[in-house]
Amino acid sequence: MNSSRLIVFRLNPLYQQSYRILARRLTTRNLESLKIENQSYFPRKNCYRLLSVYTPLFSQNEQTNSMPISERIEKMVKNKKIVIFMKGVPDQPMCGFSNAVVQVLRMHGVEDYDSHNVLEDEELRQGIKDFSDWPTIPQVYFEGDFIGGCDILLQMHQSGDLVDELEKLGIKSALVK
Amino acid sequence: MLKFPLHKSSIFIRYMASALNPVETSIIKKLTETFNPVYLDVVNESFKHNVPKGSETHFKVVVVSDKFSGKRLIDRHRDVNNILSKELEGSVHALSIQAKTPDQWEKSGQTIANTPPCLGGSKK
Repeated sequence: MNSSRLIVFRLNPLYQQSYRILARRLTTRNLESLKIENQSYFPRKNCYRLLSVYTPLFSQNEQTNSMPISERIEKMVKNKKIVIFMKGVPDQPMCGFSNAVVQVLRMHGVEDYDSHNVLEDEELRQGIKDFSDWPTIPQVYFEGDFIGGCDILLQMHQSGDLVDELEKLGIKSALVK
Repeated sequence: MLKFPLHKSSIFIRYMASALNPVETSIIKKLTETFNPVYLDVVNESFKHNVPKGSETHFKVVVVSDKFSGKRLIDRHRDVNNILSKELEGSVHALSIQAKTPDQWEKSGQTIANTPPCLGGSKK
């Protein structure tokens, strides 16, 4: 492996969940190569887990982080079919409204989309609200155009408009025979 | 056939209690003044979420008004957001909006969908 940095986390084994969440969080940061080693060490009284993460130095993240947030968001939504800004990740949403968006898309058979977790990035959390001129999360973009939040997506789904919008994107909804 | 606008009496009661729920009162006042709604319901749903008791952070708003006719969904929502921009910059960070015209309201049987359950938010 080329030059890399090692980050070591020590996790309380009682919180098994935190290991999975941490691993998922790290992978969602789009780190180019990521190697996670999990070692358990049992001294006499306490036992703890070592989670070592090798990340490449000067990863793409560090270059994009110096860009102003509006440019970063522009890059995130441009030329992408479906992008959602949510709390949590599609496998584990941290908000009922974000979860509703994920579930609606899943009902239509849409699982392949870009998703960005605003809880991981405070700059993004405020930046996307300014960019869309929309005060709440989640936010849905189709081909660079802001569509709306959870309410709008749900109403589009109920009225049948969502099937049409997906067709315009070239995606056949699973609910259409 | 339109129902009697119940919100007027509820506004009176809410003005009495405005010290206890200032944000809710202000939302009702602003929406009534701007949209002159046929039906208005403002519900503080903060209790359903992972926030301290008595918070005014999560609201559900149902506005039925003819000012919405001919407007796309997103424009209706943007209108409501703009009216409530001050509250949204303040304590309110979740706003669920149902914006209908009187015809749509009658057709939908005058019922609203339930709010999705909270999944924890930024606190684990």
